[in-house]
Amino acid sequence: MATAAETFRICPTTGLKIHLSAQTLIKANAVAAVVFLLFGGLLGLSVALTRWPAVHILPANWFYLALTAHGFNVLLCWIIFFEVAILYFASAVLLNSRLAAPRAAWVAFALMVIGAVMTNVVVLQGDSSVMFTSYPPLRAQPGFYLGLILFAVGALTAVGCFFGTLVIAKEEKTYEGSVPLVTFGAITAAIIAVFTLASGAIILIPTFLWSVGLVSNIDPLMYKLVWWAMGHSSQQINVSAHVAVWYAIAAMTLGAKPISEKVSRTAFLLYILFLQLASAHHLLVEPGLSSEWKVFNTSYAMYLAVLGSMIHGMTVPGAVETAQRERGYTKGLFEWLRKAPWGNPAFAGFFLSLVLFGFLGGISGVVMGTEQINLLMHNTLYAPGHFHATVVAGTTLAFMAITYLVVPLIFQKEIMFPRMAQWQPYIFAIGIAGISVFMMGAGTLGVPRRHWDITFSDALLHYDYPPAAYLMLALNGLSAIAAALGGAMYIINVVASVSFGKSVKGAVRQAQPATPLPAAVVGQYGSVAHVRIPGTVVLVTVFLVSFVLYYFVNWKYLSEVWPMR
Amino acid sequence: MAISPPRERLWWKQPIHRVELIWILVAFLWGIVMFGMMVYWHAFGKHNLSNETYKVAPNEYYAKTEAMVSKYTVREEKGIPVVHPPPGSDVYLMARVWAWYPSLEFEQGQTYRLHLSSIDLQHGFSLQPMNINIQVHPGYEHVLTVTADQAREYSIICNEFCGFGHHTMVGKLYVVAK
Amino acid sequence: MADSAEPTGTPTQERVPFMQRLLDNPFLLLFIGVTIPTVLYLVWGIMELVQIPVAPR
Ligand code: HEM
Ligand SMILES: [Cu+2]
Ligand SMILES: [Cu+2]
Repeated sequence: MATAAETFRICPTTGLKIHLSAQTLIKANAVAAVVFLLFGGLLGLSVALTRWPAVHILPANWFYLALTAHGFNVLLCWIIFFEVAILYFASAVLLNSRLAAPRAAWVAFALMVIGAVMTNVVVLQGDSSVMFTSYPPLRAQPGFYLGLILFAVGALTAVGCFFGTLVIAKEEKTYEGSVPLVTFGAITAAIIAVFTLASGAIILIPTFLWSVGLVSNIDPLMYKLVWWAMGHSSQQINVSAHVAVWYAIAAMTLGAKPISEKVSRTAFLLYILFLQLASAHHLLVEPGLSSEWKVFNTSYAMYLAVLGSMIHGMTVPGAVETAQRERGYTKGLFEWLRKAPWGNPAFAGFFLSLVLFGFLGGISGVVMGTEQINLLMHNTLYAPGHFHATVVAGTTLAFMAITYLVVPLIFQKEIMFPRMAQWQPYIFAIGIAGISVFMMGAGTLGVPRRHWDITFSDALLHYDYPPAAYLMLALNGLSAIAAALGGAMYIINVVASVSFGKSVKGAVRQAQPATPLPAAVVGQYGSVAHVRIPGTVVLVTVFLVSFVLYYFVNWKYLSEVWPMR
Repeated sequence: MAISPPRERLWWKQPIHRVELIWILVAFLWGIVMFGMMVYWHAFGKHNLSNETYKVAPNEYYAKTEAMVSKYTVREEKGIPVVHPPPGSDVYLMARVWAWYPSLEFEQGQTYRLHLSSIDLQHGFSLQPMNINIQVHPGYEHVLTVTADQAREYSIICNEFCGFGHHTMVGKLYVVAK
Repeated sequence: MADSAEPTGTPTQERVPFMQRLLDNPFLLLFIGVTIPTVLYLVWGIMELVQIPVAPR
């Protein structure tokens, strides 16, 4: 057993005690994540360019293959590898603790890599283009499911190491009182991950057996019910994780403190209790499930998890505003926002993620998740439009933003191209906002998702989409180029910095507020007397008004279709 | 800071600021309104998806569809029968790779019991340009009661991926004025 | 305010409120967080699917 001095180092910026095995694991998982993002992002670009009818670069079978691989590589591989890194960071690093069972964590990593590679290889062979959702009776090669299962088992093992670390930290008293809020957010993500991965195992194991011929039949409706307990809940892991990342970035770049620990943690508790019910979003126009089940589950038990998100939607910018006002930016409603460190890519990425996730992803998600309104959107391009706003503009952008802090703090390397880093969040955000909005627009016009040719050139019967639909798809293609550029700027910079960057000596500049807070203030603000957040109140009011208007406009659209019961 | 433990030992006892409380209350009420809308629409709205569903073997559904087709076919279009069933009757629409079978003709303002099922994979019933979208499963028969309120030609697109010919799967539904 | 130098949880100190203890207990939260969706989403949904009647001929 090595001595403490050998297995830990002290971070010169934060004073945190960093377990070296945890650090290496964080690096490994983050690097793997970025590699899969690169691959998946290129596929996304090719898909978007194919859907642009004037460009249409891929032939049909390649398109469906690329789309299957895109969904798998970005949604599962990129996101979950990065989340494992976040879990280790939020437990071992933030709690000053050693990581539980680093060997198991390496086994987890190996399983995830093997699983991810296996599924990719099988997909690339071409006869498993079943989309990452693989709805039966559509059948992929056995290796497709086996890879997914290995990946899920690996991820579950990693989550186990996270919980183990919480236990160790508590026993060894590496922190005092309650865990930090960011760690609490990570706990929320990990809890949802357990339900997610368990559901995945319940459904993928029989499906694997079916693919090798040991089970004769998989009921398509039952599959979908259980599959989405994994597929959608994994999006809820993302939400919890990126909200935790928002709090972390606000804290690290501005010294921001949650306005109220109680409120923020209760909002996370609402996630733990209700967020996972929203898996029902994918089954709203399915036969065989009652409206009671649909309404109750799709509304997260009367929108209590939406309440959680709306709380974060105020407390996160509220924490930023409070910190900025303490720093003296008190003029008018928005000086705090104008004078925010927009040139710091971590902050810029975080705030753009917050705004786009709320306005684009949040509102569209709740509207589309309304039982009856879903009739207007199910399986149209509206769905990918919505979730590129959540999982790309929200989660991916937040993860990119925190990378700009992780590289100096954990990899101990300077960001190699700081100017490129400064521009990156904006370019990526513009591109993603574009693909979200234009796919939603096309979906509103009835354009289907996962569809190679809306001109129906080799179909027996035809349908002419309105010209506006073609315009939307063209704008989507252009935005995809911007998004891909933004993604490339991120990947190039991170890979270059990690491989060839100058080593960081001493404290890290990016991770520190431009103007440090007076020490006396740090001790107090956050207590009630000091909260003044008029700017945030304006922001959330604008948000609520947009939400209400958009919500009722869609009821209006619904009332114009054929009466049905 | 959010990355260090709460400063106060008993952080639960810290009072909540008024602005936060008001927002929580407003957000909660908005949630209740949205929940109420779905319930209200079930009671008073005219656009609710039916829950009437049966288990059905694909060959049986095929037989029911064929029986209807042989009884009510009025013409053919590119080899696909167009069926004009009497108003109020049971209409069977069958999805399979990669066609909607048969084409349908409804009378404007009349109500039909429209059955949806697939005999192979999952498909997506997407009625354009109205943009109504319903998932179609093999082994399950979903029965909707619809009223065709506008006379024109509608297309049925498949919007669930169903193999490499997915994008060629188009069907027709005509609504004719009486 | 409690003196943060004091070890937490000594009997002389004020009792930690119930909700704070709940939020400080990840394993209890894990249990609740897995049970609720299992019952309300999965079990309820599966019960509905198995009760779907067979189509009349
Ligand atoms: C350069 C960035 C990206 C571009 C241009 C892009 C573009 C697209 C497009 C055009 C589609 C196809 C819609 C359809 O035809 O159904 C799609 C699907 C999808 N994208 Fe992306 N995307 C990008 C990044 C991402 C990221 C980072 C994620 C996840 C974190 C993601 C998740 C997905 C998923 C889950 C699907 C659905 C696949 C399916 O239908 O099976 N995308 N993307
Ligand atoms: Cu189809
Ligand atoms: Cu299809």
